[in-house]
Amino acid sequence: MENTVQITVIDREDKEHVLDAPTDMGMNMMELCKSYELPVEGTCGGMAMCASCHMYILSDHDLGERNDDEEGMLDQAFFVKGNSRLGCQLHIAANFDGLKVKLAEVGG
Amino acid sequence: MLDFTIMIETDILVIGAGPCGLFTVFEAGLLKLRCHLIDALPQAGGQLTEIYPKKPIYDIPGFPEILAGELIDNLMKQAEPFKPGFTLGERAESFEKTEDGKFIVTTSRGTKHIAPIVAIAGGLGCFEPRKPPISNISDFEDKGIEYIVRDPEFYRGKSVIISGGGDSALDWAVFLANGVAKEVTLVHRSKSFRGHPDSVQKVLDMAASGKINLHTDAEVVEVAGDDALRNITLQHNDETKTVLTTDHWLPLFGLSPKLGPLSEWGLNIDKNSIEVNTFDYQTNVPGLYAVGDINTYPGKLKLILCGFHETTLMVQSAFKRIYPDKNYVLKYTTVNGVNGF
Repeated sequence: MENTVQITVIDREDKEHVLDAPTDMGMNMMELCKSYELPVEGTCGGMAMCASCHMYILSDHDLGERNDDEEGMLDQAFFVKGNSRLGCQLHIAANFDGLKVKLAEVGG
Repeated sequence: MLDFTIMIETDILVIGAGPCGLFTVFEAGLLKLRCHLIDALPQAGGQLTEIYPKKPIYDIPGFPEILAGELIDNLMKQAEPFKPGFTLGERAESFEKTEDGKFIVTTSRGTKHIAPIVAIAGGLGCFEPRKPPISNISDFEDKGIEYIVRDPEFYRGKSVIISGGGDSALDWAVFLANGVAKEVTLVHRSKSFRGHPDSVQKVLDMAASGKINLHTDAEVVEVAGDDALRNITLQHNDETKTVLTTDHWLPLFGLSPKLGPLSEWGLNIDKNSIEVNTFDYQTNVPGLYAVGDINTYPGKLKLILCGFHETTLMVQSAFKRIYPDKNYVLKYTTVNGVNGF
């Protein structure tokens, strides 16, 4: 499909979900997960202020650096690793094709 | 035994003092109904004040752009003629029904409120401290582990370990290290701090002069003690561990919203939201309504403007419940103005 990439999301029960993600709707990874009813709360609505969309990047895609807001929030979150990102700060684009992520545990 | 506790009495008891709760005061006031608001946070405004006061909002009708904090200021001003009451810094814990069908709502501090109508405008829920995922952490809560500094004097002459890299962790580390606590240790999982640059500099200066023990690239992974906290274990980024003896550990990782006690109120809940009908936003408990982000129904959108609409319809239904025999005609503020109490 045009303007669509395929993204694999592994949920907290280790189940794989292969999702078709549009690249032309300004969607981020948190919103993509919510649109497929995966267990991502997105409590703050995407302002990098709650870490409920915390996920690990498993594939070696280059998604750019974390921004300041994202770094700040991950500083306060739990289960943070080197490959931790906030889904709400990852805006889906053509280079996301084949991306594989895992949802982080919900802490605190 | 007779209970002589003084109760706060009102027409509509609003749980949650965010935008939707505040606008409820205005709409209820136009119908001559009084409101009293309860909020777990120490100030009105909900997440707009607590999380993003400086963020612009672009979808409030009539305001092409308004800061969240300014919207709350405006809503407070709009509510002011109707003299709302506030119980702040207390969480609504439980409710009971009286024989004449009123609700008595009791807060975490035991304050009691009585009203014929309860409107839950709780947004995302109550803001509660983020607790580190350590299995036995609750064994030492209030026995050496505290998530909020209530009274700094409590720590006089004690050894204190603080975790976190934000303003609250930095500011308390500086304050307690200035002659209050016996020893202050700050633990942060990275090398950079997100707090205000002035606070960061103060911490670094005090660490250099030995007034604060600073551990970066480390986090607390274990806690141990007997009847009280005795020591904590730090895990460093290189996987090595250090055990530190301490009187107190303050994990200051900010707040996150939880539905909290409302989940035990016997309401129909779907994915952390309270189910309501779209006629008057009443829950499965007659007289108990839910408006704004905390409710759900087919087609629900979590937008402030939708909450305003919901609460406007809700107070009409509340009026009819309180005064079943009174006829009511919608009056326009342009014609009648705003006549406060």
